[in-house]
Amino acid sequence: MIEWFTKWNRENPVDVYRPAILYGAGGVAVIAAIWLVSMGPPLATDSLQTGPRGTGMSVPKRESVLVTPDPDALAFLATSTEPVPPQVGGRTAGSQIEGAEPLLADLSPENYERLVSAMRAWTGIPDLLEDPDNYQTIVARRMIEMTQNINEGWDGHVNANREVGVTCYTCHRGQPVPEQAWFIATPTVMAAEGWAAVQNRVTPLSSYTSLPSDALQKYLVDGELIAVHDLDSRAAGIPGQDGYPGIQNAERTYALMNYFSNSLGVNCTLCHNTRAFYDGGQITPQWATASLGILMVQELNNDYLLPLAEVLPPERLGPHGDGPKVGCGTCHNGEQQPLRGTNVIGNYPELATTEAPDYGN
Amino acid sequence: MAEYMNIFTQVQVQGAPEWGLDNENNMMEERAVKPFFSSLVGWVGNAQLGPIYLGWTGLVSAMTFIVCLNIIGLNMLAQVNWSIPEFLRQGFWLALEPPSPEYGLRIPPLQDGGWYIIASFLLLVSVCTWWLRTYLLAEQHKMGKHVAWAFASAIWLFLVLGLFRPILMGSWSEAVPYGIFPHLDWTTAFSIRYGNLYYNPFHCLSIVFLYGSCLLFAMHGATILAVSRFGGDRELEQIVDRGTASERAALFWRWTMGFNATMEGIHRWAWWFAVLTPITGGIGILLTGTVVDNWFIWAQEHYFAPMYDGSYGYDAYGSYEAFTGQGAVE
Repeated sequence: MIEWFTKWNRENPVDVYRPAILYGAGGVAVIAAIWLVSMGPPLATDSLQTGPRGTGMSVPKRESVLVTPDPDALAFLATSTEPVPPQVGGRTAGSQIEGAEPLLADLSPENYERLVSAMRAWTGIPDLLEDPDNYQTIVARRMIEMTQNINEGWDGHVNANREVGVTCYTCHRGQPVPEQAWFIATPTVMAAEGWAAVQNRVTPLSSYTSLPSDALQKYLVDGELIAVHDLDSRAAGIPGQDGYPGIQNAERTYALMNYFSNSLGVNCTLCHNTRAFYDGGQITPQWATASLGILMVQELNNDYLLPLAEVLPPERLGPHGDGPKVGCGTCHNGEQQPLRGTNVIGNYPELATTEAPDYGN
Repeated sequence: MAEYMNIFTQVQVQGAPEWGLDNENNMMEERAVKPFFSSLVGWVGNAQLGPIYLGWTGLVSAMTFIVCLNIIGLNMLAQVNWSIPEFLRQGFWLALEPPSPEYGLRIPPLQDGGWYIIASFLLLVSVCTWWLRTYLLAEQHKMGKHVAWAFASAIWLFLVLGLFRPILMGSWSEAVPYGIFPHLDWTTAFSIRYGNLYYNPFHCLSIVFLYGSCLLFAMHGATILAVSRFGGDRELEQIVDRGTASERAALFWRWTMGFNATMEGIHRWAWWFAVLTPITGGIGILLTGTVVDNWFIWAQEHYFAPMYDGSYGYDAYGSYEAFTGQGAVE
């Protein structure tokens, strides 16, 4: 070793071990800070601005989620086949196929087979529509009518941005019972009555909060008023009377909004400027689309799904004996647009309308 | 020097227990708990524990509080069918809820808020007798009543939330539930229901005093610890007999920000900031739903809710397809 170096060290003893911890920790912190600033956060996010600058309105998403294609969308595209334009005055499934489903009897045999095999793949029921006495046939018939109604009557919600439509797959995703169908979850507390009996319990319907668990039943089936705000700075009233909403009503609305948020994988600011939730002047076009969706779900539940509870076997009913119902999450499944906006109806004009399908010829 | 650069108190006194005054107010009467020492407690405060003065106020306060807490706890336990594991698992979600709105200010059935009313009444008695205790003990010690009045400001907020405002609103259902998450649900629902409490000027004031209290506490604690090597921890002597500790502390702040409190004044700052936090907060709560029902609209009427330029909806700023990279799927 160089002599002057060892001599200098001997004459200038320094305890390097005690400060080593301090300097080491400080050094790691500095390097980590530089790394974070220059490379960005390890779990990078992207965000979609939804309102004026200064309001903080944006929907953030992990980039890793955004770059991964929706596996359900890919699975759907694998089942999707183009329609066969039928001959004018050609043969129909009703005359050619024995035991053809009467509802679809006017289709050409090719399109009938194509549609039924697709529906079997979408619902995961291999013998769907085979046995006319099976309850699944009765349900399927009603569900076909419901799908046609959604595509035709609720065009303003389903095709708000462009043609995407819905098919059986939008809810079913290859399962006989859609994963996010829901059942009544109240009363949550047997030892209490009133508002105390419908909240303060971990349920999926309350998004695992202690908020009321009856929000979906009240707003998406019974059609109760969701808004709780007064549109004047002063409004007289006693809570729970004369249409003056109480704190509990606000909590139930908040439970519904949590459900919306989780169902669509978005936050409040997709639709609202959160400084004034009520204000129609500070909402996005998506608020209007969602409002149509609420009306749609009310109709689907009351006109199509609830009456079907009579034909369902007991194991398909909820703990309180009610049939499965739909909400936002049943179709959306955590995406702002179901299947990330994949057009599912383009190949299935049979499901797009209650009238004769339009094959473009 | 170095002993003050510590999280824990460095100087502990342990010896013969100190019994305190025995003056003409018979302060030696009604002392409970034989005094003992704990080094662990000495790290954060006085190492001596006890004796404690009970008195009739302490007795009433403790008994009503215990009964109140048991009513809340047993109601929660009943809600999970008396299962201790479920009680622990769901504990943060459980609550004793106030009555449903249909009962107004009438006495509801036990299962729908009746227990809540009973528990609240017991809590009211407990808190008020505890306040009386702080007042009477200060009197016995011939102290000022600063602690009692500061505690009274907190009780004001407590009474507004659970008594005054529900009565003015005409319904017990407006009171706050007794539960961990449920009382937070109440807080957020309260703000949303009344059009955003951040636009309530008394809420603003309360936040100012709350954050200000934290800031003042940190500044004062740091200043005293920093000059305690010069005797700065003998704060009361320094009020009337200013020494080098006070002068250094004063110079430090005056040279830092051009202004300094005094050894006496800083404690008045701290007391008023702390006391004004619940006083202003309570006023803000009391006005909500009784005088103002939508604070955002109220703020617009009073010209302090600015409107922002720009469009609502992501179509003005980008597209869903570009955001999700949806082109790859179709």
